[in-house]
Parts: sequence; structure tokens; C-alpha cells
Amino acid sequence: MSLSTQEAVRENKGAAAQQKYLLEVDSVRKEFPGVVALDDVNLRIRPGTVHALMGENGAGKSTLMKIIAGIYQPDRGEVRLGGKQVQMATPLDALEQGVAMIHQELNLMPFMTIAENIWIRREPLTKLGFVDHKALRENTKRLFDRLNINLDPETEVRDLSIANRQMVEIAKAISYESDVLIMDEPTSALTDREVEHLFQIIASLKADGKGIVYITHKMDEVFEIADDVSVFRDGKYIGTDLASNLDSDQLIRMMVGREITQMFPKEEVPIGDVVLSVKDLCLDGVFENVNFELRAGEILGVAGLVGSGRTNVAETIYGVTPATGGSITVFGETVEIKTPAEAMGHGMALLTEDRKDTGLFLMLDIQENMQIALLSQDHVKAGFVAESAVSKLCTEMSNALRVKTPGMNERIENLSGGNQQKVLIGRWLLTKPRILILDEPTRGIDVGAKAEIHKLITKLAGEGVAVLMISSEMPEVLGMSDRVMVMHEGHVTGILDRAEADQVSVMRLASN
Amino acid sequence: MANATDVAETNAPARKLPVEANIFLVLIGIAVFFEVLGWIVKGDTFLFNPQRLLIMVLQVSIIGLLAIGVTQVIITGGIDLSSGSVLALSAMVAASFAQTSDYTRAVFPMFTDMPFLVPVLAGIAVGALAGFINGSLIAYTAIPPFIATLGMMVTARGLARYYTKGQPISLLSEEYMWLGSGTIPVIIFLMAAFIFHIALRFTRYGKFTYATGANVQAAKVSGINVGRHLIKVYTLAGLLAGLGGVVAAARAGSGQAGMGLAYELDAIAAAVIGGTSLAGGVGRITGTVIGTIILGTMMSGFTFLGIDAYIQDIVKGGIIVAAVVADQYRQRKRAKV
Repeated sequence: MSLSTQEAVRENKGAAAQQKYLLEVDSVRKEFPGVVALDDVNLRIRPGTVHALMGENGAGKSTLMKIIAGIYQPDRGEVRLGGKQVQMATPLDALEQGVAMIHQELNLMPFMTIAENIWIRREPLTKLGFVDHKALRENTKRLFDRLNINLDPETEVRDLSIANRQMVEIAKAISYESDVLIMDEPTSALTDREVEHLFQIIASLKADGKGIVYITHKMDEVFEIADDVSVFRDGKYIGTDLASNLDSDQLIRMMVGREITQMFPKEEVPIGDVVLSVKDLCLDGVFENVNFELRAGEILGVAGLVGSGRTNVAETIYGVTPATGGSITVFGETVEIKTPAEAMGHGMALLTEDRKDTGLFLMLDIQENMQIALLSQDHVKAGFVAESAVSKLCTEMSNALRVKTPGMNERIENLSGGNQQKVLIGRWLLTKPRILILDEPTRGIDVGAKAEIHKLITKLAGEGVAVLMISSEMPEVLGMSDRVMVMHEGHVTGILDRAEADQVSVMRLASN
Repeated sequence: MANATDVAETNAPARKLPVEANIFLVLIGIAVFFEVLGWIVKGDTFLFNPQRLLIMVLQVSIIGLLAIGVTQVIITGGIDLSSGSVLALSAMVAASFAQTSDYTRAVFPMFTDMPFLVPVLAGIAVGALAGFINGSLIAYTAIPPFIATLGMMVTARGLARYYTKGQPISLLSEEYMWLGSGTIPVIIFLMAAFIFHIALRFTRYGKFTYATGANVQAAKVSGINVGRHLIKVYTLAGLLAGLGGVVAAARAGSGQAGMGLAYELDAIAAAVIGGTSLAGGVGRITGTVIGTIILGTMMSGFTFLGIDAYIQDIVKGGIIVAAVVADQYRQRKRAKV
């Protein structure tokens, strides 16, 4: 915390303080059910600069940008453009007031041409009210000439490479001639050459006096193009400084510098034999040459930014997306796993990252949610479910995990996130797994349930279950793991022992 | 493990009226509506006429068989547009094996006077095969169920016509026609409903069906072979359409290529009126049976009142939409809780 005050002071003294700002964000707060996404956050964008936003996953950068771009409404605080307070109810509002955003995910219509995509809703019209295709083409040509983009405006977007689509998206945002341009990880889909091109475009925008808000996880980019850097952590504004005043170590420390106040129920348990061994595992285009061993009773934490390939590795081991190379050895036997059912047959279980998307059966009740994995293995005679036995097992599991519910036939969508997560964990514990893969086991759940789940993971490890735990929460990874494996852009960048793993060492490997 | 109060708490079932209760009330409402109108317009009872009650169910029992199949398909999140055409094809094939030797121009002169089971099994097998093809296409080519079954709908109807170049197949054996006589179609419908009600509620097949429709990704991760399961569901739906064809040919005393035209839509309507959600994961056979009987009651009611058949369709369309709107409203209300 002392760091943040220090940075704030530095900000006040900074060269930026005297200038007029393009965009000011003051004490903005945003809550989602159960989480404070932004807590009294500030931001000042100077004209003619690139302002980098840095922070771990979930630090609040994207939420803040969505507020500035009119996608979310702040619960409190104000946003000022050119000194005037503004309210942006929709993205369209924001565009009209001079804020354009280039989204991380591509929002182009594949079956329309580049020109149609760029000028959608702003098509030049002929006197009769038809779209003036000639003007459309010429406007696009002029824009592309200015930006040095060499694409035919008449090409359909579906025929473009991902990188070129991203360039079209950038051109589209620029075509609004906004004062403030938000770029959310614009280079993640670009090759080096295009990144160079983008940086040239950014330089010319700077020369025109525009303000560019630039979200990135890449250190080298920050130091290459950013003038100012603001750091966020756990929804809080940590501080702003000139990029030239910082080096990457200082920046990492600002990003991770939280005090670990949570106590983790980690216990030293005897570590057994290797139960899972992964050699040179590959999934084409996603991750490469992943190697690690996992022992009975061990908790191996997996850290890395979203998109680093963590989840893909888990899904590949579990047979959701079969590997394209390398080998998996389970209990000394090299196996090929092509479906989740085969993985389950080898004693594996996977708690998926996204509870709603790939975990819950929202319209079904608790028991139906809990029993499903068990039923694909056992407790079925001549096709009929042994209802009373299964019901008893589920009820016992639900009690053991202290799921708070009026009854086992309550629809699961009526439970809190924490209780839903417990039911899903119960689903897997009923199958008595020997290798338990947990992807974000405590995402979006309250503190109490979190602590209970941590205790449970420790207990399972104590019983000899091998645990592979992916988490974006640094304290969780550091607090629970015997070893921490760090991934970056599809590669394992290091495996740290419990003793050598700390926030800085992990973050350095994760952001490279 | 858990203390006593916990157990008591989790064991106490949350007593709620089943969804079917609402649909049943709608059925009663419609029946009472016709009863009252009957006294006003015709001075006669609508409901207290056993003959009419039987016809009410009898005329929809074949649609009911299709509806039982399509309910399961819709629970998986799919749709089956082919059931009416598959019914016709099965009816043709069944009828071709049910002809008597008195008829000199039988389709298969060497296969006349066959035992009763031959045409029945042939019809059912053809239906199941069509369903199997639907399911395999959906599972392994990943084309949407709408398209796969639309293709089957057109193809099966074409095959039914091609089978005898459009000629009806008549002079069926007494034995075979027994299947379509009296209350037999109603009994077959209700037996099928009972069997599949049990299957959906108490077997692994049922649990997997709901799980697949509720969240296909979660179902896969839980170890369910979703592709294989979908093939089972579509095959059973085809089998039920085949059974529908067997009964339809027996009831009509002939196989005709135009049988079951647009029945697939009535079957889907019955399922939807009965509370099956097109989003998947939700639906019950009991609801579908009530939905089917609602359709039958409306048909009988309009006939009883002597109202134009075209108006029946206009009202039926309205009821289908109203049922789904009511369902959406219920869902939204639940989501807000």
C-alpha cells in the first residue's frame, strides 16, 4: 500500500500534471454481483500520448475501458471528456462523443466487404437513398492510403487473415476520427511486421494530438510506445508514471505488490510416486512442448495470463481437445486420451474453467448436476439408475461439502456461485479421481466458500490425490501449490518450487 | 459427516406443483369452454359423451406417438422435422407386407398373407433406420438437426411415393388391421408414453438426454459420448414414427404416400404446448401427452360446434404461440428470483 501513495505523489509532481486532459476518469466504482470490479479508480489521458494500462488478469483494466467506451455504466464517479462531464449510455454514445474502442475480439461481419464493414451505419448515400458504393470505396481507399494499409476495400472480410481483420478493425476505429482511441491488446493477433505497422499508425495518431489508451500484457511494447503507464490491481488504481521513469522490475512490483493477507490451509503431506507425466505435449497452434510430472499428494499450480494456454493444456490432457503431439503417461502407462470418457477411465477429473458454459446444467436440479459423471461409470443396472443409492451418495456429498440449499431437487441456477462450484466439485469427487484437474476452482465465489474449497483441496492432496490447479489468482497459486508451473504464449516458461515461487518471480515468467 | 439438522434440511423435498399442473389446467379450461359453448349453441353436452372422449384421443394418438419421439429430440436441444414423412414411408412398407393373397396386384406377391409381426417389424425398422440416419448425420457431420431432418423429411416423402409410384397399397390382412381398430391406437399411444416416461425419468438414457440438452459441453466433459447418445435419441424418435406409420396404415386399411402430412408440426406443437423447451434440457412425456390431448380436444370441440376446419388451424396456431410465450414468461420470472 505504501507503494501506491508513493506513486500517487509522484504522479502529482509529474510533468503531466499541468496539462489539459483529453479524458479524465474520477473515482469510478463498478460492482458486479459479489465482486467490486473497480474501486475508486482514476485515469488521466494527455493529448498526443500513448497511455498504457497494466495489471494482472482481473485487475479491472477491461472493465474500466468498457465504462469509457459506454458498454458498462459506472455505479459512481464521473468521466470527463475535454473537461466536460459526459454520460455514455451505449457504445454509440461514446463514439459520438469521441471515444472509439478496438475490441480484443473481432466484431466484423464476415460476409460483407471491408468497405461495408468500416462504414456500417454511416454509408454514403446517393440522392435516391441507395448506398453509394463508389463513395464507399473511395472513402475506404483514402483512409487506407493515410494509414498505409494495402488491402482492396471490396474484399469480403471472411477472406482476410486474422491479422488483416485486426488491421481493418483498427482502421474502422480510426475512421471515427475520435479524440480517444482505446486499444485492448491489439497486437495479440498480429505478426511482428504488422505490429511495426501498427506502431507507425499510433505514432501518426499521436502527432495528430489523439490520446491512445493501450491495454497490454507485453512489457517490451510498453517501453517501446507508451508515454504514460497506469497500473491497476484487484480493481484498485495503483498509480501512474511516465514510462521513462520505470523499468520492468518496478512495473512488475507495482502490478503484484499486494500483501498476501489470506491464510491458506496448505499442509505438508507426503508426496508419492509420479502419477501423471506429460512429455513434449503439443496442440498445433495453441501450445508446444509442455513437460511436467505430477505426483500423488502433490498440488501443482499453473499460473499464466489468460490466453497463455493453461486451460488448453488441461483440456488436452483430459481429452477434450486431443493432443497433436507428445505423450501422456498415467500411472506408468503411456496412454492416448481422445475423449473425456477415456480420461475418466484413467482416474482423471476436470473441473472446467467456466462454470456456466462447460460445467452446470442450469435448468436441472442439484442431484442431476452432481450424479452425471458417476452415472457414466457406475450405479446403473440394465439401463436403470440405482436411484436410492445415487441419491444417498449425492446427499452425503452435498452435506460433506456443506452445500447450502433447501433440497437436492432445487434447480442449480437458484444457488450462489460458491454453492454451484461445490456441487460441481462434488460431481467429480463422486467418481473418486486419482488425478484432479481444477481450472479456476474459486473464480467468482465468495470468501467463505473459497476458504472451504481450499481446505478441501488440501484434504484431497492429503489423501493422495494428485492435483493440477490452474488459477489466475496469484495468492491462491502461491498459497496452495507445492510447485508452480508458469506458462506464457503456449510455452512453459518455468516450474518453480514452493520456496522460490513468489509474486515477482511468477509474474516475470508469465509476462516474459 | 453432517449433523442432523443438515440432513433434515437437505432431505425435505421442495414441494412444488409439477409444470404439468399448469398445462392440465389449460386442458380443463379448454374442455369446459367447449362444454359451456355446447350447451349454449347446441343444447348438448360436449364432455359427457364417451364416444366423443374416445375419438378425442383416438384421432391424435398417432400424432401422440410422433410427439413422444420429438419430445426427446427437443430435450436434447434438437428438432425432428422428418417424423410425418417417415410415418408415411413406414406405413407404405408395412402395408406392402400386410396384403392378402386375394389381391392379384400385390406389391410383393410372394410376401402376401404374412404373419402379423412381419409388417409391424418392417414398418418400425424402416422408421428406426431413418432416425438412425438423422442421428448419425447430426452426430458426425455436425450439421444442424433442422437441416438433417429437413432433408430426411423430403427424402422419406419421396421414397414413400416412389415405393409404389404413388399408388396406395390396400387390401390388408384382418389381423394387421386389428392394430388400428377401436381403442387399440389409444392403448399403443399410452403404452409408448408410459415406457418413455419411465425411460426419461429412471434410466441413464433419460439422464443423459436431459444433460445433453441442458449443456452439451458439460455433458461431454462429464464423460458422456454425446454423438452416440444423439444417435440413440433420433433412432428412437424414428422408431416411434415408424410405429405411428404401422398404426396409421392399419387404421386406414391401406398405405398411402400422403399420410401424416404436416404431422411433424402437430407433434412439435404438442410437445411445446406440453412444456418442452426448444432451448433443450426441459420437457416431460406427461406434458406432451396432455399437449397431445389438448390438440385432440380442440379438434373435437370445433367439429362438435360445427366450426369450419380452417378456423381450427387459425386457433391452433394461436395456441402454440401462446404456449411458448407463457413458457418464456415463466422462465424469465424464475430467472429473476
